[in-house]
Amino acid sequence: MDLTKLPGFLLRRGLKALIVVLAIVICNFLLVHAAPGDPASVIAGQSGAADPVFLEQLRRQFGLDRPLYVQLWIYLKSVLTLDLGFSHRQQMSVASLILERLPATLLLTGVAFAFALAGGVTLGALAARRVGRWADSFITVLALTFYATPLFWVGLMLVLVFSVWLDWLPSFGMGSVGVDLQGVEVVLDVAKHLLLPALTLGLFYLAVYARLTRATMLEVADQDFVKTARAKGVPEGRILRAHVLRNALLPVITFAGIQAGQLLGGSILVETVFAWPGIGRLAFEALLARDYPVLLGVFFCTSVMVVLFNLLTDLLYVVVDPRVEAAG
Amino acid sequence: MREFWRRYKRNKGAVVGLVILLLVILLALLAPVLFPGSPWDMVAAPFVPPGEMGMLLGADSLGRDVAAGIAHGARISLLVGAVSTAAALLLGVTLGALAGYLGGLADDAVMRFTEFFQTIPSFVLAILLVAIFTPSIGSVVFAIAVVSWPPVARVVRAEFLSLRSREFVQAAEVLGKSRLSIMVGDILPNALSPIVVLSSLMVATAILLESALSFLGLGDPNLMTWGYLIGSGRSVIRLAWWMSVFPGIAIFLTVLALNLVGEGLSDALNPRLARQRGGAA
Repeated sequence: MDLTKLPGFLLRRGLKALIVVLAIVICNFLLVHAAPGDPASVIAGQSGAADPVFLEQLRRQFGLDRPLYVQLWIYLKSVLTLDLGFSHRQQMSVASLILERLPATLLLTGVAFAFALAGGVTLGALAARRVGRWADSFITVLALTFYATPLFWVGLMLVLVFSVWLDWLPSFGMGSVGVDLQGVEVVLDVAKHLLLPALTLGLFYLAVYARLTRATMLEVADQDFVKTARAKGVPEGRILRAHVLRNALLPVITFAGIQAGQLLGGSILVETVFAWPGIGRLAFEALLARDYPVLLGVFFCTSVMVVLFNLLTDLLYVVVDPRVEAAG
Repeated sequence: MREFWRRYKRNKGAVVGLVILLLVILLALLAPVLFPGSPWDMVAAPFVPPGEMGMLLGADSLGRDVAAGIAHGARISLLVGAVSTAAALLLGVTLGALAGYLGGLADDAVMRFTEFFQTIPSFVLAILLVAIFTPSIGSVVFAIAVVSWPPVARVVRAEFLSLRSREFVQAAEVLGKSRLSIMVGDILPNALSPIVVLSSLMVATAILLESALSFLGLGDPNLMTWGYLIGSGRSVIRLAWWMSVFPGIAIFLTVLALNLVGEGLSDALNPRLARQRGGAA
């Protein structure tokens, strides 16, 4: 594309992303006020028996006795300066709680996503090349199975087989406790702990991407430029790699961007099953303690991550496909 | 109708799915007969393995019958799946129909709204909704409906958009019918088949969502659900594998059946599409 148009495109997309983020903040605000009971007790993260002096202080701080739009303004200002509130259960600010847990979640979702994309595209390409053969039936069965299986149950079954029965892999946490490890050993230890959760989270999306890759590849394979390449005598393997697969990848990328939110939602379940110390586990702990500021913070943070990821895929799309006009 | 059934049964998977689904419904209906009494009652020693002491699928940590839990849980799963899908359909069809038929500003507004709901992580929102409105069957249904209407709105909007310029709609407009009666009486019946196919898949997704929520402890505390059974088996999986394995199989079979039925419905309602799919996907 014309690179001079890029800044304008980025600006428009950035603005759109900002509006979505604002809408999420408003959504959080409305939820606090829609909750049964006193908004102050929701913000305090305590239901019922809270310290009246403290609640009074919160009421003043958030202007809870003033009109709704003033309250919204105060709330917006605090969230946009990344003040997500304070968790009295954990005696820490919500923002630092989330930042502390974020790397673990990014590692888990990142590895799961890479595994799903690489595996899915490979399987899908194999299936498209030999319609009706083993790879084809395999992805059909895989997709049917994983569309119907609850994520947390897949995780539990993997724990049952690989940790309880075979005793090959750890089922708990991010690293071994009470062992002194150094350098490469630490990496290997984390990798061993990561394997089952990443597999659990990745398998479903592997099936989704495989199906999608297969469908788009078959669609692209019918088009004229592929016939031309074939008529020119380009070797079949090169046609598939350079012509078909490259064009078939675009819808897969778009779809992956749309599903980023689901991946993060799924990580709550997977982190709960494997006690993986990420923001999903944080959300589960907050849930048990009814620690609403943390829950609202996790919702805000995961939503922002999805918006950023969508922005990234938009950009990637423009770079990969020169035909896409930077118009939207 | 006979033609519909002929096309439906050509898809072998869909017939199997229908049989499984009917069996699950039967199990749900017969639960009070097969397992009289509350599924929360202690009927055996804790952690009785499957097949012993008359416990077909074993007993849990408090000596409750896992099989009874599954049978009673089937009622809740199917009920939540059906009711939340109905609520999501109501919302999605209304918004989609308005957007597609009115076009212009209304369309823009509805589509932005829909996009917003599709961007935010829906499962996190569902958790937040149930947690804030305190777990009960009502809040669970509400949360599932709130996160599952956007695809309906999109499909219905596309259908209405393509149908509204057809001759039969123009004829109705010339006859002076009101907009509402055109939308409900003329266009909607012609847009039903994609909605029917979508709703069987939505019931499946709703059952998965409900199980995930109750697994996290967000189910109705007074109702026995499949997700709750798996959640309570999680920490004792080394002692009692049957507590998490069997309810999971129940979810898997039910959701699989619904997905297969959805494919069968799609084949039966869109014969042209089915033939294309046979060739390309």
